[in-house]
Amino acid sequence: MKQPVIELKNFTWQYNAQKEPTLHDLTLTIREGEKVLICGPSGCGKSTLAHCLNGLIPFSYHGEMRGSLHILGRETSELSLFDVSKMVGTVLQDADGQFVGLTVAEDIAFALENDNVPQSELFRRVDAAAEQVNILSHLDHAPNELSGGQKQRVSLAGVMVDNVPILLFDEPLANLDPAAGKQAIELIDDIKRQTKTTVIIIEHRLEDVLHRDVDRVILMQDGRIVADTTPDELLASDLLRAQGIREPLYVTALKHAGVALRPDMGLHNIKALRLDDGQKAAVRRWFRETPPAPEPPEAPALLDARHIRFAYDNGFEALRDVSVTVRKGEMMAIVGRNGAGKSTFSKVVCGFETQQEGTLAFDGRDLTELSIKERADHIGFCLQNPNQMISKVQIFDEVALGLVARGVGEAEQKERVEHALDICGLRPFRHWPVSALSFGQKKRVTIASILALDPEMIILDEPTAGQDFRHYTEIMEFLRELNERGVTVVMITHDMHLMLEYCRRAVVFADGEKIADASPADILTDPDVVARASLRETSLYELAVLCGVDDPRAFVQRFIDHDREVRER
Amino acid sequence: MINIFNYIDRPSPIHRLTGATKLVCLLLWSFASMVTYDTRILALMPVAALILFGVSQIKFRDIKAVFWVTFVFMVLNNVMVYVFAPEHGVSIYGTRTVLLTIAGPYTVTAEQLFYHLNLILKYFASIPVLLLFVCTTDPSEFAASLSRIGVSYRVSYSVALALRYIPDIQRAYHDISQSQQARGVEMSKKESLVKRLKAASAILIPLILSSMDRIEVISNAMELRGFGKGKTRTWYRARAFRAADVVCMALCAALLVLAVTDTLVRGTRYYNPFI
Amino acid sequence: MNNKLSVRTVVAIGIGAALFFVCGRFVAIPSPVPNTNISIQYGVLAFMAAVFGPIAGALIGLIGHALIDASYGWGIWWSWVIASAVFGCLMGFGTRKMTLADGVCGKKEIIRFNLTQLVCHVLCWGVCAPVLDIIIYNEPVEKLFAQGLVAGIGNAVTTAIIGSLLCVAYAKARPQKGSLAKED
Repeated sequence: MKQPVIELKNFTWQYNAQKEPTLHDLTLTIREGEKVLICGPSGCGKSTLAHCLNGLIPFSYHGEMRGSLHILGRETSELSLFDVSKMVGTVLQDADGQFVGLTVAEDIAFALENDNVPQSELFRRVDAAAEQVNILSHLDHAPNELSGGQKQRVSLAGVMVDNVPILLFDEPLANLDPAAGKQAIELIDDIKRQTKTTVIIIEHRLEDVLHRDVDRVILMQDGRIVADTTPDELLASDLLRAQGIREPLYVTALKHAGVALRPDMGLHNIKALRLDDGQKAAVRRWFRETPPAPEPPEAPALLDARHIRFAYDNGFEALRDVSVTVRKGEMMAIVGRNGAGKSTFSKVVCGFETQQEGTLAFDGRDLTELSIKERADHIGFCLQNPNQMISKVQIFDEVALGLVARGVGEAEQKERVEHALDICGLRPFRHWPVSALSFGQKKRVTIASILALDPEMIILDEPTAGQDFRHYTEIMEFLRELNERGVTVVMITHDMHLMLEYCRRAVVFADGEKIADASPADILTDPDVVARASLRETSLYELAVLCGVDDPRAFVQRFIDHDREVRER
Repeated sequence: MINIFNYIDRPSPIHRLTGATKLVCLLLWSFASMVTYDTRILALMPVAALILFGVSQIKFRDIKAVFWVTFVFMVLNNVMVYVFAPEHGVSIYGTRTVLLTIAGPYTVTAEQLFYHLNLILKYFASIPVLLLFVCTTDPSEFAASLSRIGVSYRVSYSVALALRYIPDIQRAYHDISQSQQARGVEMSKKESLVKRLKAASAILIPLILSSMDRIEVISNAMELRGFGKGKTRTWYRARAFRAADVVCMALCAALLVLAVTDTLVRGTRYYNPFI
Repeated sequence: MNNKLSVRTVVAIGIGAALFFVCGRFVAIPSPVPNTNISIQYGVLAFMAAVFGPIAGALIGLIGHALIDASYGWGIWWSWVIASAVFGCLMGFGTRKMTLADGVCGKKEIIRFNLTQLVCHVLCWGVCAPVLDIIIYNEPVEKLFAQGLVAGIGNAVTTAIIGSLLCVAYAKARPQKGSLAKED
């Protein structure tokens, strides 16, 4: 048996500011060269555990610790943060926060500089690390010239350059598009194989991490470990659903088809999945017997953008001849990789930027004449991060802000604010300060502040970024209810689940052009569109092929419709 | 992204000097221009600066916009000086040679004109070298340069962090400002001053509170990578001094010595052609 | 205070200077005087100094102001840059007793904050900046004090409004003790 590199024994941690311990009595051993996934819903303590492993606890955060935590055989509380950081290299979730250098090369060199490594050696080691993560050709680039995936590779190089024996990834997929996420998982796996490093990944997107094999999954709930087992065992059990973790889509599909799951079926990866003929037939039977969902009737156009061209002052052409129609009462997605033009498009619609060519009509009316403020009476725009929108201390004042600016009388103000708060389920909190709310609730406050203006349509930029499955569901179900009340919802996203589960239509942007306008099932089964938009093909398609379904595309659609129906019941 | 500091990468001898050298030269030169009011030295400095510009391969069109801003600023400042103190030159140079009477206390004297000439020369003595420094120094090298000339590496890194995060904060400001405008927050002239400031705070509060969170994340990230561990650190972008660096610093030091001795020996900062 | 800044202070100085820069350079609020924009960065500086202390305040003012001047290209106006640094430093000392990070910001704190900022502005723009200008440029005293007065009043007004609002918003956003009850 290999040497243990991390050993927790009856480990308990309580922050000074909190009444209850965040981690309860954890006992866990991770051995040399293992690849371990730690997952669990938000608030389960997985981030706190990460802080314990990299030394931020107890050296930067203060609280009370019981039990023991050994890293490479040494008790961490007797070391310093710097000693621990020599053993455990951390890649943080926020790549912009971790990227502290002015260029790629400087950032990779950062840890070595702090160690007083002489310059000649700096050059050599930075080049080697950059080569390993395939970023060598970008050494002189500034962070704002890089994509999210590239920034993360720089962060990885920046910890690997120190030859740490343990690599810790804190939610590595949170800010990446699907294709970049897949590459990140592949890179982590390749590095693990080449360097024999122990790898710990903290993430709640199970299916994406399992794209490459992991040795063990540790499932946490309320500061305790509820499972410490192989991926196959875990997927065959019902634990994931109970803990609010999303299971892989093919697993859900198998369950819908009534296939009994066993650990020896190779459940951890669609490519490893082994089904016998009876099971395959069960999947086909499910497909035949599930009726296709009726097509909703086509509603009249609400927003009609035609032949939009927009170039920034520096000449960069962000939109080229883009025509998009949004229909009344629709819930749709705009997808594409960063810089594809999807955000620029929404800025043009809201009037933040003005197109050089093309027309914009809203409900038959020309939008071009209207100012930003006037357009906002019809089209609400919601930023990704609610903290970037909230400027008032009290929830009521925040929601009333737009009304006050428009000179609406006090009685009407109160009525409209309370109505908006009602819709958003915030009425019980109306006299609370905003700071007392959770992230998801803050998101609702920002949506309420937009709804107070009573727009016909709202555009949301990445409404669920960085949220776990439970909060994702909470936000999306709320948006769905809003949509059922008649508000047209447009979401800018690169979350494939969001698109599959909640939208009947998606528009795909690539390099400033619209390259597809179809149902999510059609988009995710078109390899060309998937590649150009930096998406991933869905495992449902592969499942359909594996089971010999004659029309895999229809299978994906059928699954989505069925799953939506199950959820809505 | 706008290149706010206007660094222009060209193969020139000035570019090849280390950042630390240029920083030292900038400081020595600036002190010299502050100390002296000797017209002869002040006239020499812009000429020297012009030659340096030629050597650095920075073209006038590269700095055209900045030049005109500076020019307008300088004219305004001179007008203000004249409006407030039309006899300032007289009090400095001790004689009064009236050339022209405008109205009331506003006469034009040769001494006042000479004082304005000196003031303008003083701008031209100090501003071009700063421009030259900004245009020829890679921002990346700046922090290493500060550290090289004796500033603590922590403070030097603060400067690097400021340069690193200005574009990010600028973008955040832009996004927040647009979303607040959509909600009806206005900063235009139509509103009263207090209302305008309150509107500004509707943008600043989210900007600054989210920046406070960012401070937390960045300091964790830096500590996890060993920042602040030792008494010193090395710099990837640092460069070793060469002969040209030493020569340049010596020349600038000589300039400062000249300015200081000139003042001490003659007992005055001014060159007075009127007596 | 020893001469070793904590990592958090180093980062606060960097981010603070970047904020000072962005506010001073890109946030344009027209003022009643033609062609002049109101400088709101001093509200930000006063707030940052109140949270992170005198050394951070001084360096944020110094670095932020020098960067603004450098980016405009009209020469680094050392006298005013130094005055900004002095303002940040004095502000940090004057507000040492405030504990915004613990979520404390009542009437008393706001009064203390504003009295301090008023005194600091008077010292910086009424004394520090003009005196340095006289030493360096020997411009007429009347002009310099008039300039200082205008700048000082403008900065004090923006600090009073923006700085105070920031203090309240920040204190309220800190984790609060005590319980909140839902209403129906």
